[in-house]
Amino acid sequence: MPRDAAVLPAAPAARSGFALPRETGWWLLLLPAFLLMTVLYLAPILQVLAISVTEPAPGLGNYERLLTSPGLQRVIGTTLRICLITTLVSLLLGYALSYVIALASPRARRWWLLGVLLPLWISVLVRAFAWVTLLRRQGLVNEGLLSLGLIEAPLPLVWNEFGIVVGMVHYMVPYAVLPMLAAMREIDPRLLAAARGLGASRGTAFRRVFLPLSAPGLVAAGLLVFIVSLGFYITPAILGGGKTLMAAEWIKLQILDLVRWGMGAMLATMLVVTILTLLGVFSRLLDLRRLFGGGR
Amino acid sequence: MSAAAAAPALAGRPGRGVGHALELRGLSKRYGSFTAVDAVSLGIERGQFLTLLGPSGSGKTTILMAIAGFVAPSEGAVLLDGRDITALPPERRDFGMVFQGYALFPHMTVAENVAFPLRVRRLSRAEREAKVRAALDLVQLDRFAERRPAQLSGGQQQRVALARALVFDPDLLLLDEPLSALDKKLRAELQDELKALHRRVGRTFVNVTHDQEEALSLSDQVAILNHGRLVQMGAPEALYERPRTRFVADFLGTSNFLRGQVEAAGGGEMQLRAGETRLRQAGGDLPPGATALLSLRPEKIALLGAGEAAANQVTGSIAAWAYLGAGFSLTVRTSDLGALRVALPAWRAPIAPSEGLPVRLGWAADAAVPVLEDGDAA
Repeated sequence: MPRDAAVLPAAPAARSGFALPRETGWWLLLLPAFLLMTVLYLAPILQVLAISVTEPAPGLGNYERLLTSPGLQRVIGTTLRICLITTLVSLLLGYALSYVIALASPRARRWWLLGVLLPLWISVLVRAFAWVTLLRRQGLVNEGLLSLGLIEAPLPLVWNEFGIVVGMVHYMVPYAVLPMLAAMREIDPRLLAAARGLGASRGTAFRRVFLPLSAPGLVAAGLLVFIVSLGFYITPAILGGGKTLMAAEWIKLQILDLVRWGMGAMLATMLVVTILTLLGVFSRLLDLRRLFGGGR
Repeated sequence: MSAAAAAPALAGRPGRGVGHALELRGLSKRYGSFTAVDAVSLGIERGQFLTLLGPSGSGKTTILMAIAGFVAPSEGAVLLDGRDITALPPERRDFGMVFQGYALFPHMTVAENVAFPLRVRRLSRAEREAKVRAALDLVQLDRFAERRPAQLSGGQQQRVALARALVFDPDLLLLDEPLSALDKKLRAELQDELKALHRRVGRTFVNVTHDQEEALSLSDQVAILNHGRLVQMGAPEALYERPRTRFVADFLGTSNFLRGQVEAAGGGEMQLRAGETRLRQAGGDLPPGATALLSLRPEKIALLGAGEAAANQVTGSIAAWAYLGAGFSLTVRTSDLGALRVALPAWRAPIAPSEGLPVRLGWAADAAVPVLEDGDAA
């Protein structure tokens, strides 16, 4: 909505000078929100940026470590890998779910949505521990598989990357479903009928019509899931068992345990930059979607 | 696809006799206890334009969807050239279809939309391009090939939908309320175009509409449906001039309904009595004592001047009137026949209508048509 926002402040200028004080009064109403954002949000972020180039010594020394420290590179690599896998799996599960929900009857749709949103209301801590209980060596999954005779020794399902991905996917699926469902609900179901009436099989109609029309939602969901995944802290900390280190936990380690504020602030800044870059791409894709006529 | 695929281009094929003959045999569709279509049987010859006409809820769209293969009939069969195609999925029927609201693919250009049926049939690129160009030429949209549907007007979108439905040389074209989304003037224009297109490509067209004017002007055959049943089928002028039931007479155009007791019958004519008024009606074979229901079109009633006579005469006074440009619409109150609707040409009208003006109406013995009450027609 940047275009609309740009129009608003221009409008009072066109009026006579008398109206100006009143217009200023309206703008005062925005002040609390503006101050809140600046003082509690923008200022700390700028401070983090400042720390990253001043601690322990002024300069780009901390950023240099991105290129020279194998440990840091491993953490970044692990984070990107886990986030990518989480995003892909969440998109896959979320797409199937959204497809079913979008084509369901209104009544069934309400129940499906409730089922998707329910996990969002449960604390992430509770969910992480629940996964530990399910996935550990004496957990329900391993015990079940053992008693069925499908495996001979317990599988390492938790305190590794697999466990982290399971926990993160569980958390991210609703975030994947909502944008994709919104995009799919905009698709006229008659288009699928039209495709089949014109000679396309079910598969072709899906591939040539439904998939391209739902692509904006898919991309939006992918970016959203990836961005949120980058900042995961509690889930990897609990399900990773301290052995698999991701960015957020690494930052906490630098700042609270090793008291290397500069290093922690540097990686935090990098995360913010990555997210802003992705958001830039994200907003352009949303514009593309409008170009397509919003799926109508 | 066999014979159609061999044909080089859509235009320039012989005008009549191509396309396929379609037959519905005892077609029924029930949703739970609701019967949407009730044992409809009808046939359409090759190259003809059939319109399924009825009010909403009459089952016309369900019938079209059963022909297209989107609705599986509860009973009965759909036959194409005598071959049972009831079980075929829609994509294997090879029918062209124009959907209500057109259902153009918004993420494709006009050319890509039109090429879609060719693409799913795996035609070569060169063949595709030639056919798309021919189809867009046919609907005069060649200049818009690279636009997206959202950039076109309603009428243009409608033509893209037509081109897309015709591009793969289907032998049967199904149209689901193709003109309903357009404004009145554009609708009339596209009606003419659609009719010309039908003549040019010579395919069998099956159209669904609730617009009786559209049905009359476009079709070779009209099937009138009500409550899921086929009420009457025939050429437009036959349906208009000789409606079988009260519903048909009322739904196609407007009609006055006269009720009278048969006093005598013979010599191809009935004498009827309604109150003090005696009526002469050509045709009809009801026995004396029976009640006859007549449908009398407003334009077949004349205003009688002094000294003029007609087979049927009745006096009354104007209860309401409206000027419609081409004519006046009068409502004349009579003592025995109730209120009669009369259409009077405005050009050199014999009277200047005003409320309460006494008038004398007359019509010939063959002006009205005996019709059945809807309950008796089933």
